[in-house]
Parts: sequence; C-alpha cells; structure tokens
Amino acid sequence: MTVAASEAAATAVVPALRVRATRQIGDCLAVAGASLEVAAGTVHALVGENGAGKSTLMRIVYGLTRADSGLLELGAPVDLAHHSVAGAQALGVGMVHQHGMLVPTLTLAENAVLGREPMHHGLVDRARAARELVAAARRVGQTLDPDAVAGELTVGERQRAEIAMVAGRAGRLLILDEPTALLTPDEVDALFDLVRRLADAGGAVVLVTHKLDEVARIADEVTVLRAGRTVATWSYEVSTDEIARAMVGGEPPPTPARPPQPAAEAPVGLAVQGLVVRGPRGLAVDGIALAVRAGEVVGVAGIEGNGQRELALAIAGLTPITRGTVTLAGRDLTRASVAARRDAGLAHLPEDRHRHGLIDGATLADNVALGRLAEVRRHGTIDRAALDALTARLLAELDVRPPDPAALAGALSGGNQQKLVVARELDRPGVRAVLAVHPTRGVDLAAVARIRDRLRAAAAGGAAVLLFAADLDELFALAHRIVVLYRGAIVGQLDGAALADADARTRLGRWMAGAA
Amino acid sequence: MTRSVETVRGAIVALLVAMAAGSVLVIVAGGSPLEVWRTLLTSTLGDRASLGQVIFRATPLVFTGLAVAVPLRAGLFNIGAEGQLTAAALTCAVVAALVPSSTPAVLAIGAAVATAMATGAAVGATTGALRVYRGAHEVIVAILLNAIIAGVALWLGNRSLFVGEATRTATIVPGAVLPSLGFAGSSASWSFVGAVITAGIIFWLLARTTAGFVWTATGRNLDAARAAGLPVDRARVSSMALAGALAGLAGAHFVLGHKHAYENGLGRGVGFVGIAVALLAQGNALAIVGSALLFGLLAQGGLGVAGLVPKELVDVLQAVVLLAAAITMRVRTRR
Amino acid sequence: MMDFVATLLTWGVLAQLVRIAVPYVLAALGGTLTERSGVIDLAIEAKLLCGAFAAAVATVESDSVAVGIVAGALAGASVGAVQAVAAIRLGAEQVVTGIALNLAAVGLTRFLLGAIYGHDESSLNIVGHDHTVWRSPIVWLAIALVALVVIGLERSRPGLRIRAVGEHPEAVAAAGASVVRTRWLALLIGGAVAGVGGAQLSLGVGQFVPEMSGGRGYVALAAVIMSGWRPGRAALVCVGFGAAETLQIRMQNLGGGLPPELVALLPYALALVLLVAIKPRTSAPSAIGKPWP
Repeated sequence: MTVAASEAAATAVVPALRVRATRQIGDCLAVAGASLEVAAGTVHALVGENGAGKSTLMRIVYGLTRADSGLLELGAPVDLAHHSVAGAQALGVGMVHQHGMLVPTLTLAENAVLGREPMHHGLVDRARAARELVAAARRVGQTLDPDAVAGELTVGERQRAEIAMVAGRAGRLLILDEPTALLTPDEVDALFDLVRRLADAGGAVVLVTHKLDEVARIADEVTVLRAGRTVATWSYEVSTDEIARAMVGGEPPPTPARPPQPAAEAPVGLAVQGLVVRGPRGLAVDGIALAVRAGEVVGVAGIEGNGQRELALAIAGLTPITRGTVTLAGRDLTRASVAARRDAGLAHLPEDRHRHGLIDGATLADNVALGRLAEVRRHGTIDRAALDALTARLLAELDVRPPDPAALAGALSGGNQQKLVVARELDRPGVRAVLAVHPTRGVDLAAVARIRDRLRAAAAGGAAVLLFAADLDELFALAHRIVVLYRGAIVGQLDGAALADADARTRLGRWMAGAA
Repeated sequence: MTRSVETVRGAIVALLVAMAAGSVLVIVAGGSPLEVWRTLLTSTLGDRASLGQVIFRATPLVFTGLAVAVPLRAGLFNIGAEGQLTAAALTCAVVAALVPSSTPAVLAIGAAVATAMATGAAVGATTGALRVYRGAHEVIVAILLNAIIAGVALWLGNRSLFVGEATRTATIVPGAVLPSLGFAGSSASWSFVGAVITAGIIFWLLARTTAGFVWTATGRNLDAARAAGLPVDRARVSSMALAGALAGLAGAHFVLGHKHAYENGLGRGVGFVGIAVALLAQGNALAIVGSALLFGLLAQGGLGVAGLVPKELVDVLQAVVLLAAAITMRVRTRR
Repeated sequence: MMDFVATLLTWGVLAQLVRIAVPYVLAALGGTLTERSGVIDLAIEAKLLCGAFAAAVATVESDSVAVGIVAGALAGASVGAVQAVAAIRLGAEQVVTGIALNLAAVGLTRFLLGAIYGHDESSLNIVGHDHTVWRSPIVWLAIALVALVVIGLERSRPGLRIRAVGEHPEAVAAAGASVVRTRWLALLIGGAVAGVGGAQLSLGVGQFVPEMSGGRGYVALAAVIMSGWRPGRAALVCVGFGAAETLQIRMQNLGGGLPPELVALLPYALALVLLVAIKPRTSAPSAIGKPWP
C-alpha cells in the first residue's frame, strides 16, 4: 500500500462509493446488510470466501442485481429500487465480471458498443465503434483487433479486451471481480500497473478477490465479507493472517502434511499416451504423455483454457479422443464407454458439479443412486432401503449438511453439494484411479479441508489421483508431482525435492505463462 | 423422483384458466356460460349411454397421453402419436382380418395387439433414433412423419388394402372384436379396461423400476446422467419406442374396439389432445386416466352443447388448457 | 419424361413457384428472428394460419388487398405477442407453448369463420382481386423483406441486440440493454413477417380454407434449422421447398404414373431427408429455450 494513496484517501471528502445492502436469493441471504465504503483514488480489496456475497454486493452496485433493501451512494444518493446498469454506467461505474460477459458470436467492436451503439444513416456505425475501441485499448496500454470474433479468442485475451472496454469508461469506480484467475503472471503485472495508474489519477477501484497475496500487493484498503456481512475493514497495512482469520471467523484449519511418496515400483494406475483432443478452436490437447502410479497424486497446473478441460473430459469419456490412448491399470479405455471406464475403476469428480455431477431438482438419495445404480438395483427395481442406508452413510462420511436423504440437492450449499459428489464417487468399490477436476472450486474452507482429506485417503488406499487445479496452493497441499499444461502440451514438471524448493512457484509460474 | 405440491396446484390453475377462457369464448359466441357448463355436465354424466360415450372417448386419450408422458420423462417430446397410431392401426387391421375366422379370441386379439405395438414402436424408435443419433429435432421429425405416414397409409389402402368403394380395410374376424362394455349401447369397449391397466403398469415402470429411474435422470440432467455412466442414448430411443407402442395401442383400440377395420382418417386429433392430457396430469401415469376422462367429457360434451355453441370451441378449449399447462409447469426438455 | 420437364420451364410455372414459395420464405424469416433472439418458435404455423384468415376476412370486408396484408401482419404479430407473454413474461415451456398456439389457431380460425360467416360456410372466397403473381404487392413486399431482414439482422441496432440476446443475455443485461424488450421486438416483428406470409397463402389462391397452413410452418422451421439460423440461406432453402410443392402439384396433373398420395408428400419427405442429413455448420443460438432471467 502506498503512502500517497492513503493520503489521498484521507483527504477525499465524498467517497466514490458507499453501499449497504440486503438481498435474498432462494432460501439464503446472499447479502445480509454487508456494507462497503470506497474512497476516490484508492484500490480497495473486497475479500471473502466463496459464497461470502462479494460478487452479489458488487452486482447490486452495478445495477445488475436488485437489492431487497439498503442504500447506495455514488457521489450522490441513488434510488436502489430503480437502479439499473444503464444508470450505473451513467454515473461512471464499470464492472469486469468473473465469468466473461462478451457475446462469443459478436466481434469485439460489436461487444464494446452493445447498449450504446453509434449510428450512421440508420445502421450501426461499425467504423466508429472500431475506432473508439482501439483508442480505449490504447489508453490502457493494450492493442486489440476490433474485428476479432470474441468466441475465437483465448479466455485471457477476452478478459483483457473486457478490461480495456470497461476501464476507459469507468470514471468514478471500476469493479474487477476475480480478474486474475485467467491471466498469466505477466498479464497480472500489467493489470496491477493499470489499476495503480487509475487510482493515482483519482479513480476508485474495487478488487474482488479471495487471493490474499494480491491483496498484500496492490490494495490500499481491505474489507472482509463473511456470510453476507461485513466483518472487518482496514485502511492501513494488515497481515494476511489477520485477513484470513476474519474471512474464516477463527483459525484457518492447519495444513496437514503431504502423504508419503509412493514407491517407485508401484504399478502405473492411470496413463495417457500421445493424447490428442479437439477443442472449440483447433487442438486443445496436442500430444500428451502422462503416467500416474497407484498411490500417487499428480497435479496438473495451468491457466484455465490451456487444454485442461478437454484433457479431463477425454479421460472421463465425455469427449471424443482424436488420437492416442488412455489406459487404466493396463486396460485400454480409449474407446470405452463411460460406464466401462467406471467399471474399470475410474472415479470422476467433475469440474462443473451442476452439469456433470448432480441433478439439482432431485433428492440426495436419488443423486446417490445416480452414481451407484448397480449397488441399489434388485431385479430391475430400486431397493429403497439399501439406497437410504447407503445415502445415510455417505452423508455422514463427509458431514454433508443437512444430512437428509429427502432434501433436494439444489438447496444445498456449494460445499455440501461437492462433498456429496466426492463421497459418492470415491466410496465406490474398486476405485483405482481418481480424476479430480477443480474439486474445491466454489467451496467453503471447512469443506475444502474435508475434500482434500478424502483425496489423500484415496491415494493412501492405492488409487492413482490426477488432480486439476488452477490454484497452486491446492496442488502444493496434495500433489507428489506437478506438471504444467500450456497450449495443450506439458511444458514442465516438478517432483519430490524440487517442489520443496523456494523457487518452485516461480518456476511453475513461468511455465504456466509459456516462458522457459 | 420427488413431485412437489406445486405441480398439483399447477394442474388446478390450468383448469381454472381454461374454464375462464372458455366462458369468455362462449360469451363471444353469444351463449351463456352457466347454461353451457350445465348442459355439458348433464349431457355427459346424465345417463348411462352418455357416460359410456365419455369412457369411449377417453380410452384412446389414455394411451396417447401415456405415449407423451413416457418420453417426456426422458426429456423428449413425442408429437408423433398420430402417425404411430395410424401405422399401427393399419397393420393391426390387416392382421386381424387375415387370421382364420375360427381363431380363438385370445390369439386373434393377442396377435393384432402385438402387431399394433410392434409397428408403433418401430415408428417411435425411428423418430427417437433420428433425434439421438442425428440431432434432428424430434418435434419437426414427428410432424413430418405424421404427414408422410398418413399419405403412405392412404396410398397402400387405395392400392390394395381398401375394400369396395369406401376407404376402409376388410372387416376383422369376429374373434378379434373387443367386446363392448355395455353402458346402454354406448361405444365403450373393454379396451378401456386395458387402458387403465396399462396406465398402472406404466406408473409402476416409471416410479419403481431401474428403467424408469434412468429415464427420469436422463430427462432431468442429460449431462449428469451421461457422466454417471447411464446408457442415455439407448434410454432415450427406448422411451420413444415404448411411446410408439402405447400409441399403437390407441390404434388397436380404434380397430378392434370400435370400427372393426382401418378407416382413412382414423383417430384424427387424438395424438395432439394426448399432449394436453399428459401435461394436465403433470406426466403422472395414474393421473392421466383422470385427465383423459376429463378430456373425454369435454369431447362428448362438445356434441351435447352443439346447439348452444359451435363445436370448435372444444378445440380451442383444449389448446387453452395446453397453453395454461405450459405456463404453470416447469417442464425441461432439451433442444 | 422430357416432355414433363419441358412443361415446367414456362413463365406460368415460375409464377406458380413464386406464389407458393412466398409463404415458406416469410415464415422462415419470421421464425429466424424469433429463434435468433432465443425463443423456440414452434408457433410459426399459427402465425401463418391466423395471417391467412385475417387477411382473407379483411380483404373481403374492406375490398382492399392492402388492408388484408396489414391485417395479416397484425394477426401474426398478435400470435407473437401471446407467445412473448408466455415465453418471456411467464417463462413457460416454449415447445409446448408453440404447439398449443398452433392448436388454438386451428380451432379459433374455424370458430371465427363460423361465427362471422355462418356455420354452413366451410371456406371463405375472396373475389374481385387480381391474383397475378407479378402484380401482387405481397410478392414484392416479400422480396423487400428478405433484404431487410438479412441486412437488418447484421447491421442495424435492433439486429445486433437480437443476435446478442439469443447467445448471451447476461452480457446484454450487463451492457445496459434490455433483454426483455429486445426479445419482444423480435417476436413481434417475426410474427408480423410470418403473418404476411400467411396473407399470401389465402390471397394467393383467393380463398381461406380451414387448416390451410398445412404444416408449412414446421417445414419453414426445418429450413431455419438446416440453414444454421441464417435468414438469407433459410430463404433460399424455402424457395427449394416451394419448388418441391410446385413440382408435386404439377406431377399430380400428369395423371397415370406416380400415385398422387405419395406425390403430395414431396415437400415433407424432402424436409425430413434434409433435416436428417444436414448438420448445420452454425449451431443454434446458445441461449435458446431458456427463460430469462
């Protein structure tokens, strides 16, 4: 935190933003009176666990989500009941969202002017839209091709384009919601330079994040949300430990020791050889060879969009393989159906639990039956007694709340939903390999600990675990060996002793960015 | 899987909305709603003969309602019941006329019904396969198939199957005739009993069996079902095959229990009303019997009130019920 | 055989082809607008039928084709409005809504035909108007509409928003534009265009007959799908379907040879084969069928 910025914060009279809001979504209070005050000329970090209400609060400020009650001041009071995105934009608020807000079939220029299209003779003035976008990009130090179709760019390129589009217009307040998830370390540096420049020029920036190292690096002020409420706010330098304590509401669970490295003679559990998988823009996976031994945890690191999704889906049998092989304990599963892979001992913890893991509208018991049908079927019918017993056992194993087999899966929190999927899949008899794809994404810290413990237990029990995670912390906590995926190929690997080195993260980061 | 109270409420709301809309239309047509509703009830429930007619009209609707409900579970829309039942009725009538006249009823009816089910299943499975393996939207395919089957049936009939001057096939052998249910000389036949039993079987199939579970999971979340290793493609095609067989039973009803032959234009409209029957019953097989009786009452009552309001009103009413059901239900079918 | 082909290559047949193709083309244009905005359009059939009926009644009562065309457009737009209330405002299941509207249209037009002109009338004749294709305002209007929709969807402001809203409504909302208003606009215009196609159905033959839309709405939707939701291509495919129907009529008049019952199926069979064989290179709008928000 710079001294200049804190002085600017002290002398600013009217804050750039003041908000307090309450908003109920479904059965839970996403935001319960959380408040935030941001001074002009500052970078303000809004921190909290997944589900704490950070995004919802900012969406209320931006007019994208309606607040049930509260107050909002953007220099002057704003009527929350009639607040809209157009209204927020008119007041100089811009927001770059966590999940891309570009229409994939439109060009960047079209995306940039959506909602405020310049006209010429009754038609949209494309030339002017392109010119304005290029100028806006240059003002933030970027070059963009206005005629590029958004869907054909990489996720990182799309994010940078969105930032360029929004930053220029957000005179009063720029909200960045988890902006660094998709950026290489170099791109993160560039983003933070930009953020600093905007703040120094008198604008206000809110950085929504759960990464405490970013907070330490760039933030002038910090506000912590927990369960929809503001629990702490600092405008001076504060330790990340203290922030973490506020986020969790107590001591964060201790990081347990990594399980022992399996013996070098352990049999190969899961292996891929020369794997090539097609993606939406050409070859997503371009010749990968990887072998995971029984009892070993191999972590796959990489910025999202470098082939991880396609690799995981290909191994799971949910996307076709163009070339190469997938084997499990020596059995060739390349052409096998999903059912055959599961029978052979493959367990899949999917990236998107709502899409591939659970049926939101069904009960917990029925969701258990979904993954364990062979065990609860008898003479062509479902043995309800056996299913209920199995469900009760699984719910207890990972402390899923509420432990009610008749509850609807969609009503559970993200962490509980994920615990259910993990319990259901890893408990299957004969599991030899585990494909875990971002297993703790969108999950509260207590559930994160339980899920990681369960994965460690699976490895200790002899399963070969292939773990995909964007978060290096997760990989360091669990993996014996980490490989880095870049543009569909493995560009680097660290194991054993090398992982314990002080420069391990830096080396991984460089590979993730495509450098040597 | 669970069904909430909300869906029962949805059915009631749909009915009320339909009644309100119907009353408005009656007023527009220059009639009195109260008089119309009263005549509707007396002309259908007043005497045994009318009651029998209501049962007669409800019978095919049970089958076509089930023919919509089963694939709906698996996430598919079956509007092809009309074509399925036409094809089935034609083959059923041919078989039932070809067997020797001395064949005992059990065998004659059995063979005819089996033929109808097999034919309907083949058509249904084709529609399903085209959707699952070629991505051709099943609604459009079904509409096109309905038209094509109707044309082919007419051609086959004119070419060789129709007898005499009429567009009607040879009369079926006496052994294949389904006995009447009585009701003072109405057209109700034992096919209604068959319909109720079928509804019970389908209910058990959907609620208790593994196959029913697989269909329900597939319809609720296709990706999750596939990721769990369930045979989703086979399940969707088989749901359409079963639907075709059920529609085929409607065809068998018309041939064996009513006309005793195949006539051109048999069962017109029954497929579409089946959609309304199924949706009003929220896809519940047992409720479909009640829903079918309701629509049978409407159809029969439509004749009774023909003096007061034009009969097209009934068609519009059915469409309104369908629309109301679409609004009040949370049906998730995949594109 | 060659004689038959020779009889096809006349101006008269070309005129017939144009007359028959116009309803398909306009139906597909209207359907494309609706679907591109993210709403499944199975109600094209209802828009055609209501447009045909309204145009016939209006022309008979006002003795003016222009009034008839306007009535057809309004009728189509009205169906679109009901569809919009159900699908956009109430979040109803869109496939069922479409089918329900088609059934309602059949019953309603029959009912109104009897109510207005007496229950003995099974059809409505429109007399005293020139049916010549090249003097028909609808044909020229149709050609203009093809150009308007193709260019408008790509270059105009509502066109941009319609394209956006069918793919990623959240992004449109985040940009400050109204998802609901954009979809309403698409459904109203799409309905009106299809309604004009319906007007051509009845005015083109000088008669309204119940259920005269005859499944063309579904065929038009098939054209929309196989052309990858691109209006220009869909219009071309529809000319092809119009040609199939024209061919089928001509073949009926041949006598002998091919059975008339099967010949009549030509457009449907063609649509089915193409629908199964062709996988469009552009996929359906990503947000189609999902209620907003």
